[in-house]
Amino acid sequence: MFEIIEKRVLAEGIYLHRIKAERIAHSALPGQFVIVRADDHGERTPLTIADYDAKEGTITIVTQAMGVSTRKIAAKEVGESFADVAGPLGRPSDFTAMSQQELESHKFIFIGGGVGTAPVYPQVKWLHEHGISADVIIGAKSKQMLIFAEQMRAVAANLYISTDDGSEGFHGMVTALLEELVTKQGKSYDTCVAIGPMIMMKFVALTTKRLGMRCIVSLNAIMVDGTGMCGACRVNVGGKTKFTCVDGPEFDGHEVDFDEALRRQTMYRSKEARALAEFREHEEGHRCNIGLDR
Amino acid sequence: MANRIPRVPVREQDAKVRATNFKEVCYGYDREEAMLEASRCLHCKNPRCVTACPVGISIPDFIAALGQGDLRGAADIISRDSSLPSICGRVCPQETQCEGSCILGIKGEPVAIGKLERFVGDWQLANPSEPATAEDNGHRVAVIGSGPSSLACASDLAKLGYAVTVFEALHELGGVLVYGIPEFRLPKQSVVAAEIENVKRLGVKFETNVIVGRTVTVDSLLDEEGFDAVFIGSGAGLPRFMGIEGENLNGVVSANEFLTRTNLMHAYDEHFDTPIYVGSRVVVVGGGNVAMDAVRTAKRLGAEATIVYRRSEKELPARAEEVHHAKEEGIEFRMLTNPTKVIGSDDGWVRGINCVRMELGEPDESGRRSPKEIPGSDFTIGCDVVIMALGTSPNPLIASTTQGLDVTRRGCIAADECGRTSREGVFAGGDAVTGAATVILAMGAGRKAAKAIDEYIKGKQFREQ
Repeated sequence: MFEIIEKRVLAEGIYLHRIKAERIAHSALPGQFVIVRADDHGERTPLTIADYDAKEGTITIVTQAMGVSTRKIAAKEVGESFADVAGPLGRPSDFTAMSQQELESHKFIFIGGGVGTAPVYPQVKWLHEHGISADVIIGAKSKQMLIFAEQMRAVAANLYISTDDGSEGFHGMVTALLEELVTKQGKSYDTCVAIGPMIMMKFVALTTKRLGMRCIVSLNAIMVDGTGMCGACRVNVGGKTKFTCVDGPEFDGHEVDFDEALRRQTMYRSKEARALAEFREHEEGHRCNIGLDR
Repeated sequence: MANRIPRVPVREQDAKVRATNFKEVCYGYDREEAMLEASRCLHCKNPRCVTACPVGISIPDFIAALGQGDLRGAADIISRDSSLPSICGRVCPQETQCEGSCILGIKGEPVAIGKLERFVGDWQLANPSEPATAEDNGHRVAVIGSGPSSLACASDLAKLGYAVTVFEALHELGGVLVYGIPEFRLPKQSVVAAEIENVKRLGVKFETNVIVGRTVTVDSLLDEEGFDAVFIGSGAGLPRFMGIEGENLNGVVSANEFLTRTNLMHAYDEHFDTPIYVGSRVVVVGGGNVAMDAVRTAKRLGAEATIVYRRSEKELPARAEEVHHAKEEGIEFRMLTNPTKVIGSDDGWVRGINCVRMELGEPDESGRRSPKEIPGSDFTIGCDVVIMALGTSPNPLIASTTQGLDVTRRGCIAADECGRTSREGVFAGGDAVTGAATVILAMGAGRKAAKAIDEYIKGKQFREQ
């Protein structure tokens, strides 16, 4: 079924898979995600869609190999298939429903942090295709961990890069770079879309609030079915409980209770750590040929 | 009457043993036991059991055939009205339906109709007859979801010669029969998979990982993919929560999540990757079948498990047999108790649940006496997991992405007795229409809709000629 057409290593531990998935490629819009099960014993893992091509019938996912499930996904090679890919799930980004006039009235800045840079790409690309220019900040630990910079450059009006160690672009956090763009370089934006680690999104929300711009974040909550059935992805938005899978994954960053969201992400962490230890033990004695043991 | 034999007891796994495994609790009757139990039926002239059956199975007739050892005949009689006897025999609330109306139940014990139906259903699965395949009539119907209403609808349509494709959102077929009802109550391979296999043998095609409303829409199925009609059997929807403080603490989960992790994702099996957090003391809030399934699953996963329910035992909506089994397995029942707040540790994990004692007042619109708080009766139950089993609210996905499809005040899909919706060519049945109900009602609705779809397509053909 879901055959892998292309695989690339984007950075250490970050993998890109382009998958044959006709129906999803046909319906996907920016902001949506898929649920991937690597094999018949796998977990249902939610991953944001990094690109889609209706003509080719393919979608692209980007995975950071961290736990057992993401490692299993990362290990899949061209010619192999994923057991299941379900989607597109979640609501598309709000701007996909806007009129051209409304789109033109906005000034967008996107922030992608780490592996979260990948799902920013289809959003900026969509706007670019609709004649809307948007600036983009990509944040990474270092130059080596930077992903999607070339693709993004082709669709962004201005691309800014920040690295934690200063090995490329701005030396510091994405929030500091945003602040500098607005306060020192005279840039003005009314909408910031941030996708990345929960902690990054929390601080982008705080910064944008101070800078007086709208903030949209894409939450990566724990999920099982992804269709609203289980409620594992509950998140507190503006004092109300929402389901990330059906009400999101994008929410108003100023309304999200990030401390609760961060805490809820740890729900299965001890179990995951144990599972990963067992997985590694199982792998011992064999030199991993795709570099997962580096 | 005095000489009549008592109800034939059914063999079950020992309570202590079964509380540590997921194998089926009830072994069911063997042929001899079934025929003996069948001999208890009085074959009433006006059988109240038939009236009480939501799909009107000719119960005395199938029991008569069974009593004569004619199992094929018994199976054929049931098939006239029900497509899933091995499932309904296991999960129907017989005590409020057929068995609850049995004359024998007035002075003694009713005929074990459910166990007999199950016996016939299981025999039929083991001895399938050649599927009656009709000639392809050139029309295509899309069925959304693969739970009981969809399976019943799909198989009836296939028998009428329709080319049917079933679209399932999850990676496995069966809907609630697979993700919801646990293995110890409904075996997945020998029963559910076997029933689905029978539907496949009729020529029905299945496509998993298709979320209607996202991957495709009802409109695109009709307009782009060339289906003549669509049946929506998408099930109950989103889990409800109480809206009390502390409900988003780590360790509070919906019964849907807890059961899906165990049943669909096999989280209890170390060979599967999906994790589950069971803790050492689990409180399940609710009194329906889903609550019983969750609490007994928690027990099997090694936790001390308690049911908290705001009414009294008499009002428990769960099947009597499940309550009985749960008690045997050592589940603690705290009746007339209502949670007011989930309490957590400093780092946000569940440590207990604050409750208040209740008393029963006047009957409400559902006919059940409504519970009232007893002021000042607050107390705390220590626990590290709270499972909310409070029912569901409708999933708006299909209704919100289908043009001209009306919903009810409660948000369910609006459909008439025959499953016709406000949109031409679109039919619906099961929990998507009624809200969470029973397998047999869903199955019955699927069959009625199949009939209405057949009439609709034939009528349309006639009008166009």
